[in-house]
Amino acid sequence: MKLVSEFRQHGLADGLVRSIRQHAQKPARFMEFCGGHTVSIMKSGLRQLLPPSLTLTSGPGCPVCVTDNTDLDKAIALASLPDVMVASFGDMMRVPGSRSSLQEAKAAGADVRVVYSPLDALSLAKENPDKSVIFLGIGFETTAPTVAASILQAVEMELKNYYVLSLHKLCPPVIKVLLDSGEVNLQGLICPGHVSAVIGSSPWEFIARDYGIPCVVSGFEPLDILQCIDMLARQMADGEARVEIAYRRGVTREGNQTAIGIMEKVFAPASARWRGFGEVAASGLKLRPEFARLDAEANFDFNPGPTATPKGCLCGEVLRGVKSPGDCTLFRHVCTPEKPAGPCMVSAEGTCAAYYHYGEKDVR
Amino acid sequence: MLAHGSGGKLAHDIIRNSFVSSLSNPVLAQLDDSAVIEAGGRLAFTTDSYVVQPIFFPGGDIGKLAVCGTINDLTMVGATPLYLSLAFIIEEGLPLNDLKKVVSSIKEAAKEAGVTVITGDTKVVNRGTADKLFINTAGIGTVPAGLNVSGHNARPGDRLILSGTVGDHGIAVLSQREGVNFATELNSDCAPLNGLVVEMLNTSDNIHCLRDPTRGGLATTLNEIAEQSSVSLRIDEDKIPVREEVASACEMLGLDPLYVANEGKLISAVAPEDAEKVLKQMKKHRYGRDAAIIGEVKEENPGRVVMKTGLGTTRIIDMLVGEPLPRIC
Repeated sequence: MKLVSEFRQHGLADGLVRSIRQHAQKPARFMEFCGGHTVSIMKSGLRQLLPPSLTLTSGPGCPVCVTDNTDLDKAIALASLPDVMVASFGDMMRVPGSRSSLQEAKAAGADVRVVYSPLDALSLAKENPDKSVIFLGIGFETTAPTVAASILQAVEMELKNYYVLSLHKLCPPVIKVLLDSGEVNLQGLICPGHVSAVIGSSPWEFIARDYGIPCVVSGFEPLDILQCIDMLARQMADGEARVEIAYRRGVTREGNQTAIGIMEKVFAPASARWRGFGEVAASGLKLRPEFARLDAEANFDFNPGPTATPKGCLCGEVLRGVKSPGDCTLFRHVCTPEKPAGPCMVSAEGTCAAYYHYGEKDVR
Repeated sequence: MLAHGSGGKLAHDIIRNSFVSSLSNPVLAQLDDSAVIEAGGRLAFTTDSYVVQPIFFPGGDIGKLAVCGTINDLTMVGATPLYLSLAFIIEEGLPLNDLKKVVSSIKEAAKEAGVTVITGDTKVVNRGTADKLFINTAGIGTVPAGLNVSGHNARPGDRLILSGTVGDHGIAVLSQREGVNFATELNSDCAPLNGLVVEMLNTSDNIHCLRDPTRGGLATTLNEIAEQSSVSLRIDEDKIPVREEVASACEMLGLDPLYVANEGKLISAVAPEDAEKVLKQMKKHRYGRDAAIIGEVKEENPGRVVMKTGLGTTRIIDMLVGEPLPRIC
């Protein structure tokens, strides 16, 4: 199977677009929860194919973006400690905290390494026994199981210098907060694909049941997303609301029980701070007490300093789906990918970055 | 910061603000791949530094890269590359065998391209102050009288011809980098392009512009051409050759093949009446087998690059911003 090109054929797209036009006649707003979906939508120019009645709104599904400045400041403060090496996924490097970013901290002498997997951070810990290696655990249910696996492996290897700063976040609780706020009126939810590959589609069922909103789990290719939008439009036309999976090649109703098991063994749900949402109960993951020795937050003495957010930055509102990047006065002028004011302009999955690179300018 | 070296927007800013503004002269201000000067005949002169990590990668090493990169810069102004200088900055502790391997591939690449290394320098620095091996080069070539190939010369109506698949070099190097290590059969496309360009220039007098899309990828080079020539470029996603392995690796890492580095590809703006015959000639050459016309030059909205996507929609192609960093989820 060709992994990429088969999902980008226009013959198939035309049929889906016709069906969407037929079924989405009433004005409707669908939210793509996931930043990966936003990027794919913008990059493929998919919105140009949709009928004017249909609006797509980006949601909070970008782990880098929803990381609050208080947590970013912690990571930067940890990185600036002597004999500490911080290992992070690449897209955290440029995100501005209250005063600095990991990249700036690195330029100023902090030891910050980009890794592609927490298991690489384990190797760094093994190779650098005189340093404390702290992995920045940022991500959703997609990422948390591999971080949990690295913790189990560190215990098994008796590594004494590996730590995790767990800033992981869980998706269903924040969607509930978003819907309860009543700020956005949604007729359909494009549910995250990678997150659902781990947790399954069943955690979204409350949305269809309690809020009457059609939900479809989508893959990330433009055709996946068109198919998902078509399925949402059909549910809407039929006056139904249920959870469907358009991403059958990756997602089941039950999810990946092994991954869930590892995650639950190491982490327990805890309250977490989300950019744009504030404190959300049981929406984060903390290391369980038996793994406290590996918890960076509990084992280092560090001072993240007072939190500040840049004046005028609308990242929080963009993440809640109530504002669009174009509504932000900083967008494109003050805030650019080279000099980002907020995280949504930095991350590969950030809504503002996607709009900056791929949209909002007349391309005809 | 590292991103200042990415070949994208920050790199442009540093070039314009820190170098061109202070050292300004009409030759430097051209900002082409090589400077063309009059010195008893027209000479092309270029310099470059190579800091690739790892120094050995599938399909090449830092030595081959240094020779090919310098030759290609000369070639992109239509010059015949003649002489190279090489300066080595060696980190203490580099195994002698590694150095021998690098020198042997320098010899091979120089032989293939028909250039001579006529001067050089070696410095060894303390461990930790360089990463294994850095190579700085300079290259000199002659430019035939009357030939004027430049990033400034793309004209409305010109066809854009790409010499082959994009992203091979960047993904091949990335696949070997510590922490990524995915298995791939992919080789870097690192190659000297002077032979291909000779064939092209022999076929047509209407080759207006040649550029090699290295760091920053095809997207960044297209933006440079659009800006230098004050034109817009329209390209067609379906026409751009991308290997399935490169597309898949990019998908996995959250990268875009249009922004991934190449070391043996060129993009050319050719007058419409000659485009087909140039393409046909390119396809006969070993480094142009997958060549394709990927778009054309337009007059309106100067500076802009627009792509028709596989879905039939359109979008803007921007310059690379910052170092491309693989994503989280």
